[in-house]
Amino acid sequence: MTFSLDLFSNAIVSGILLGGFYCAIAVGITIVFGMLDIVNIAHPAFIMTGGFIAYFFNTQLGIDPLAACAVAMIPAYYVGRLLYRFYHVAFERRGEESLQGLAFFFGLLFIIEVGLLLIFGVDYRFVEAPYIGPTIEIGFVSIPMRLLVPLIVGLGLVIGIIIFLSRTFIGKAILAVSQDPLALRLVGGSPVKVKEVAFGLSIATAILAGALLIIIQPIEPSFGRDFIGRVFCITVLGGMTSLPGTIVASMILGVSESLTSTFLGPSWSPAIAFSLLLIALALRPEGIFGR
Amino acid sequence: MTTSSLTASGAKSRTAVMSFPLVLLICVVGSAALYFGLDLLGSAYMFLAAYTVLQFVALASAWNVLGGYAGYVNFGVAAFFATGVYTSVIIHKTVQWPLLATIAIAAAAAGLLGLGMGYLTLRLRGVFFSIATLALALVLNTIVVNWSFVGGSRGVYVMRPQSISFFSSYERYLFVVMLALAVGSVLVARAVERSWLGRGLAALKDDEMAAECAGVPSLRMKLIATTISGALLGAIGAPFPFFVTYVDPPTAFSLSIAVNAIAMPLIGGTSTWLGPVIGALLLGTFQQIATVTISSALNLLIVGVVLVVFITVAPNGIIGFVRDLREKRR
Repeated sequence: MTFSLDLFSNAIVSGILLGGFYCAIAVGITIVFGMLDIVNIAHPAFIMTGGFIAYFFNTQLGIDPLAACAVAMIPAYYVGRLLYRFYHVAFERRGEESLQGLAFFFGLLFIIEVGLLLIFGVDYRFVEAPYIGPTIEIGFVSIPMRLLVPLIVGLGLVIGIIIFLSRTFIGKAILAVSQDPLALRLVGGSPVKVKEVAFGLSIATAILAGALLIIIQPIEPSFGRDFIGRVFCITVLGGMTSLPGTIVASMILGVSESLTSTFLGPSWSPAIAFSLLLIALALRPEGIFGR
Repeated sequence: MTTSSLTASGAKSRTAVMSFPLVLLICVVGSAALYFGLDLLGSAYMFLAAYTVLQFVALASAWNVLGGYAGYVNFGVAAFFATGVYTSVIIHKTVQWPLLATIAIAAAAAGLLGLGMGYLTLRLRGVFFSIATLALALVLNTIVVNWSFVGGSRGVYVMRPQSISFFSSYERYLFVVMLALAVGSVLVARAVERSWLGRGLAALKDDEMAAECAGVPSLRMKLIATTISGALLGAIGAPFPFFVTYVDPPTAFSLSIAVNAIAMPLIGGTSTWLGPVIGALLLGTFQQIATVTISSALNLLIVGVVLVVFITVAPNGIIGFVRDLREKRR
């Protein structure tokens, strides 16, 4: 194995940049799965939907992918609320979320993926924006703009959500449900309504993450599956309910993947998330989501 | 709680009329009738189509041992299936043992994989097991893609043996092997359901904490179920390379396998061994017809929609739906 400082520092930098993007894909799962215990394994399918929304408006109308998805977050929020309401009535309220609910999201993942496949085909799709080409060079470290923009937007998104959760009334209610739903009911709050808002928020973040994904690389519909392991790995590694934990775990995953693909080859990097997830689950199960 | 357990025991006493020798007789007579019926039709395609449907019957029954009885959802069906597929490829490329020995080794390999996965994740809530199995398929896929001995991402050709004794063609031999695997999986699933293991799994599915308090060794039971289920899934994968004669990662780790193996038991009904069989026969036959008449992508979309509609409208599958109708009529 050849080792050089040049290669190593470039791998670290692009790992951190990648980690910024991973924040954006995982934050929705941290809210919905980590805090509120809804196992939305269809989350990556919504990320892909976001990517294709960006693609559609970029190629048809020439709109900036980030702007297109920022607007699309609003309808996505309401779609998410409707989806949770359906999930709640059909599964959660009947106490069937463990088997049927999980299968529901699995079916949904599948329907969205095949749906995108039928609409957009299996070709790789990409977008055009002024910040996709150029690269900033600092000494021997190069920072591609197409990775820097996702880092800024991803970190901004998570920090925005941290502020939202700690400052607003509904945000505090989400934290309250995550800590003790029964206690919230006792003081007259409705966990279902709070969860509905949180789920809508989570889907909206997935759409924005999709725009970041298609800025980073061309996408095709079956791509989403690669992110299932990643998003859950980040949430578990980050300590389930912690958003700063999500940022740290995203960086750890990004850097590990980047180092792996630099020194072992890019075809090995999909295995990293799973290995980290298994290590986390096997070594510190109580510590990570301690009761 | 009480009503559902009452109806479950009621259903059990009703189906208990079917004793083991009777079920075995039905299986043998049914298998023979199927073989000679297909033989009468005289087309090789019918044997291939029947192989695929039987493979789904076997996969659905094997998945249900853990997923249906214990409620632990294994999304990594493709991982276990592909373990069988690639074990078979490795044996074919090295020692070239006969298919039956290959199936046994594939079962052992996939069973061990299940045991290892279970040991790492089954102590946690079921959700973590499901997520880990989802990622497992991806990791094994990565390993196979990087492993040139088994063909890597280019895939590998597997030559069928020139001749086979007792059978007029290798397709027919493969069909009989898969028929035996399907019947075997169903009988194993039935045996598990009726044993102490099945009762224990049902108890921990209802309420794991309560079952643990009542003395059910839940971790051990889940590990046994995962190993049995994994071994069956691996065994079903072993003849696959000879069936398709060319294997690459997208075929071995196909999403259609994972989706169908989960959709079929849920549509048929997960609490008894008969549910996956009904689901697999219905959905499998439908897909064989649909792949010929409509596109295969659309066909997979239909499976997804049918799955979501079924678990929403009839959460206990066809079996549960029929049972509810009967209860109402009384």
